[in-house]
Amino acid sequence: MTDELYHQAILDQAKAACRAGRLETPDASVTIDNPLCGDRVTIDLRLGGDHIADLSHRVRGCVLCQAAASVIGRHAVGATAETVNAAEDALRAMLRGDPVAVPWPDLSVFSPVKHYRSRHDCVLLPFEALRTAIAGARKKGP
Amino acid sequence: MSPDLTAIRARFPILSRRIGDAGLHYLDNAATAQVPDVVLDAVRRFETTSRANVHRGVHRLAEEATVAYESARETMARYLNVASDEIIFTSGATGAINLVAHSFGDGLSPGDEIVITALEHHSNIVPWQMLRDRRGIVLKWIPVTAEGRLDLSVLDRVVTERCRLIAATHASNVTGAVTDVGAIVAAARKVGARVMLDGAQRAPHGPIDLPALDVDFYVLSGHKMFAPSGVGVLWGRRALLEAMPPFLGGGEMIRTVTLDRSTYAAPPHRFEAGTPPVAAAIGLGAAAQWLMTLDWVAVSAHELLLTQRLFDGLPRAARVVGPTGLQERLPVVSFAIDGAHPHDICQMLDRRGVALRGGHHCAQPLMDHFGIPGTTRASIALYNDAADIDALLDGLDDAIRRLT
Repeated sequence: MTDELYHQAILDQAKAACRAGRLETPDASVTIDNPLCGDRVTIDLRLGGDHIADLSHRVRGCVLCQAAASVIGRHAVGATAETVNAAEDALRAMLRGDPVAVPWPDLSVFSPVKHYRSRHDCVLLPFEALRTAIAGARKKGP
Repeated sequence: MSPDLTAIRARFPILSRRIGDAGLHYLDNAATAQVPDVVLDAVRRFETTSRANVHRGVHRLAEEATVAYESARETMARYLNVASDEIIFTSGATGAINLVAHSFGDGLSPGDEIVITALEHHSNIVPWQMLRDRRGIVLKWIPVTAEGRLDLSVLDRVVTERCRLIAATHASNVTGAVTDVGAIVAAARKVGARVMLDGAQRAPHGPIDLPALDVDFYVLSGHKMFAPSGVGVLWGRRALLEAMPPFLGGGEMIRTVTLDRSTYAAPPHRFEAGTPPVAAAIGLGAAAQWLMTLDWVAVSAHELLLTQRLFDGLPRAARVVGPTGLQERLPVVSFAIDGAHPHDICQMLDRRGVALRGGHHCAQPLMDHFGIPGTTRASIALYNDAADIDALLDGLDDAIRRLT
């Protein structure tokens, strides 16, 4: 994997904006800001039993933040909360520079971000919103 | 006439470092400016020959430290054209504003009004909101024009008989607009209110004649005017300072202490509790001393020439957030580009050695006003040259091509 932060795969992932938009009737809708840069991510989510039935996101942020939301859009639907947590843990380990096997292959586009400490939160913000949305939807119950 | 740029640049050792394969093009001066050799030398000289606490010991080092520290106070007084016993060393501009918000603010009553502006850095917003919540005062706002200047047409309406203080920026850290201080002071005087200016951005661009501005408090920050971080200045009129209670309690600021009560020293020491940032203050004095040797007509012309070069070269996609003329503005230029996030632009420019700032610049109310999450900002200092601007413009074209 290249050390170039803005490699084509990350630019393509951001542009793809998989599942960008809003859900009409979400079980939970969470908006989270990064206070340092003002970036903002909204995740709408619907649960079906123990897995994510539907999801959408809206991002006001940088390429890294957009790409992370797009990876979530590509992989999270059908996943359980445990799988999502494992994906976030793997991402955090990758950003620390630890060797790790990522459960979602597209997460590997973020490998160069480990060299840019000030940009880690850009990638993690959509995952933080997703985790909070799952917790909110579970609290609401079926 | 242009200043001797080669001589000025030679004073800043950091300007010769490389960022990867590129030279350093440092255009983030509004966040922190670089330090010249005269400041580094002064700090090193103090730390290696005279390091001691001030106003306490009688040994040789303590005596020398006290003289050097008080000499820095006198230098800052000359830089601002005021009396040295009105100069208070603080931890920075933020520390200075918090001092005013506490010590001046504690004399206010519920219902009293303080007027701030939508152009402020968070450091000149949050302390007043905290004071409002403590004292029940009322906060009012001066809005911003489409050009990113203060909309002073509202002064008569916003500044009422209940106004006790107008706290405004001397120059914006986002738009670069320099405030029409005369209009604000006139509005304040009509109702007997005081005026505090946040000079953090203005101070690095030459000595300031505070008596001519006729304000009551002025704050500045050391690390933005070529000095170490951790030091700043509050200037206040002597009569106001004498009437104000201390902010922080501790050593240095007392006259007598018993187990029951304490009495306090006169200003400025009343407001300098604990050991001050001695070396940083000496560095700030050295920076101000050096700045006062420069020809500021020439330096200002140079800074604005670079600003014009930047305006002329900005791509059409870049929308300037701030005045696009050179009148009454600092060489601080913010711009927004649809589809290209400021952090992505800054990160791409970093590969070319160009240091910019992207984000909300601690001015979220202003970003809300313009309906944007943030801007990319280039802020020019006296040591910047045309190559810095050209490196920015070259990199910007490339970044826009890749991001949009």
